[in-house]
Amino acid sequence: MEATSLRFRERAAGALENAQLQTALAGIKVGWQAGRARAAARLPEFEQLRDLGKAIKDHTLAHLDLYLEAFEARVVEQGGKVHWARDAAEARGIVLELCRAAGARSVTKSKSMIAEEIGLNAWLEANGLRVVETDLGEYIIQLRREPPSHLVGPAVHLTKDQISDLFVEHHGGPRIEEPAALVGEARRILRQRYLEADVGITGANFLIAETGSAVTVTNEGNAELTQGLPRTHIVIASLEKVIPTVEDAFTLLRLLGRSATGQEFSAYTTFVTGPKRPGDLDGPEAFHVVLLDNGRSAMVGTAFREMLRCIRCGACMNHCPVYLAAGGHAYGWVYVGPMGSVLTPQFIGIEQGYPLPNASTFCGRCEEVCPVRIPLPRLMRLWREEQFRKALVPPTARWGLRLWGALARRPFLYRLTARWAARALRLLARGRGRLAAAPLAGGWTGTRDLPAPQGGTFMDQWRRRRR
Amino acid sequence: MTDRPRVALFVTCLVDLFRPSVGFAAVRLLEAAGCDVSVPRAQTCCGQPAFNSGDRPTTEALARGLVAAFAGFDYIVAPSGSCAGMLRRHLPELFEDDPVMHERVVELAARCWELTSFLTDVRGMTAVDAELAGRVTYHDSCSGLRELKVREQPRRLLGSVRGLELVELAESEVCCGFGGTFCVKYPEISTRMVSNKAANATASGADLLLAGDLGCLMNIAGRLKRLGSPLQVRHVAEVLAGELQAPPIAEAG
Repeated sequence: MEATSLRFRERAAGALENAQLQTALAGIKVGWQAGRARAAARLPEFEQLRDLGKAIKDHTLAHLDLYLEAFEARVVEQGGKVHWARDAAEARGIVLELCRAAGARSVTKSKSMIAEEIGLNAWLEANGLRVVETDLGEYIIQLRREPPSHLVGPAVHLTKDQISDLFVEHHGGPRIEEPAALVGEARRILRQRYLEADVGITGANFLIAETGSAVTVTNEGNAELTQGLPRTHIVIASLEKVIPTVEDAFTLLRLLGRSATGQEFSAYTTFVTGPKRPGDLDGPEAFHVVLLDNGRSAMVGTAFREMLRCIRCGACMNHCPVYLAAGGHAYGWVYVGPMGSVLTPQFIGIEQGYPLPNASTFCGRCEEVCPVRIPLPRLMRLWREEQFRKALVPPTARWGLRLWGALARRPFLYRLTARWAARALRLLARGRGRLAAAPLAGGWTGTRDLPAPQGGTFMDQWRRRRR
Repeated sequence: MTDRPRVALFVTCLVDLFRPSVGFAAVRLLEAAGCDVSVPRAQTCCGQPAFNSGDRPTTEALARGLVAAFAGFDYIVAPSGSCAGMLRRHLPELFEDDPVMHERVVELAARCWELTSFLTDVRGMTAVDAELAGRVTYHDSCSGLRELKVREQPRRLLGSVRGLELVELAESEVCCGFGGTFCVKYPEISTRMVSNKAANATASGADLLLAGDLGCLMNIAGRLKRLGSPLQVRHVAEVLAGELQAPPIAEAG
């Protein structure tokens, strides 16, 4: 996927003018945001569960090599195979090779952010395969040829009306408006695709080291049909999805549904362990896991290690006032919202991702709701430090900061400057108490007045009063 | 420590430049809480503009200045959750490679407080001697709320102001869109956020909006006045101290 993160501001401004998008985004507040609050309030041990989730992930990351090797050994014992991919190109190559070896023409896919990260669909299609997304949201954005705009709800940026129009365009037939009927129509089409598929590709919410299982979570049951019906099942997942035990998986699953949508548990949670065994009634004949690194192992030894705890619930974006205004596509790459602002620069580089860590007021709501307590504002600030060190900050901001820093380090000069600034602004306000425009303040005064100083600075007045 | 603690007022840049009445209100409240208040001349800024712009060297230089300026005081109190949060929560993140300075900033951090939190949590103040007839609503500034857990403290003190009726603001815990330089780097998004805040404030039916941070207040007042709203805006310390001679924020005197 071509990154367009540098155009964040322009695309966000466009998003604010898009009434349909704003309607769709407003739905997140009453839906998932309120849902999470209710679910958290109903569970007395929710905060302790967050501590536990963080501890499980921290422990695993501290022993990542150990658990990955254990996972591979279990998968092999069950008759499956693990493929290690250093980067996106390797992962795409492995998946294509596996599809070819299976003689595949048609592939079904359940939702996978890793597939988005490596640009899998476009690659497989360019190599002659038919790829069908089976998650309803993914299916919708596949028809629209769009990237996801949200971790959990890839089509959350669309309204029901837009989906009605889309289905008429692609399926023909009369326009359907009833949500259940829209789902029914997608289901009717997808059922046929499941039966035609030679290979099923799924992501994984967790990989379990003690059993070699892959865990998927959906509300539609599409992952089950994707992995159970074709001859070959390929799981694509990144390294940090591994966790030690089944019990750990249940701890994290209790956090995941509640944090994502407010559900105590998603409708379908499936543990898949190896291919079909003798005597099994169904299941794939071949089971492959493609483990993607793509820079993650290099994050383990850095402060960004904390980001690898992420379980992709989407709570950070559901609660982010910037995401809720700008929508996911403004972020310009696969990962969006606060977690995307931390993660995207890891993949596309801080130069290409420049605006993202800056697009935050550091209000801290993301960290407040993160199920595994990732300090997202702190990690965004670390990116800003990298930008400053690399002199990527635009010259005006850089010089402004330098001048301000020089003054703030010298109390006498600082007080003098404050005295003159207070006088100048007060003169400009001409007794009205506020300014409609001020030099160098266009970003502020374009849409709001600038309150005028009351008079002399506090430091000067305090001194005069000789307290 | 005597029973009259020595408190340094950390004025903060915005109060110093734009609204000294907040500083004087803070002094009055601290004295009412039995403190000896000083205003060290060597203070400037908490360093947040540098810290949040990724300028570690300037942040650390300013932190050294803060350690020197506030040495010897029992407490450092700021009429701002944002600046107090910088001192209390973020200074200890600095100087990871300099154990001596690290210890000093950790020690400084432990003495720093946001004003309403200090009055209630440290000084045990439960009521103020003030009066204001009117409907008032309160915006929870992000840093105070999330970094310092300032939520009930200002409400408890406002509850003791004679004649004051507190009405809750919808989405009071959602950011107003100020965010330091964010408001000028991303003015479109910032404007949407502050417009949401202005709409909620108007819908609350209050005739006065209060908060504990001048950055947020200037943003909210600036937007409300641009929209022609009669809703008044003040810092919570002004009401608690009965310092109401100055006109509300962004209004002519």
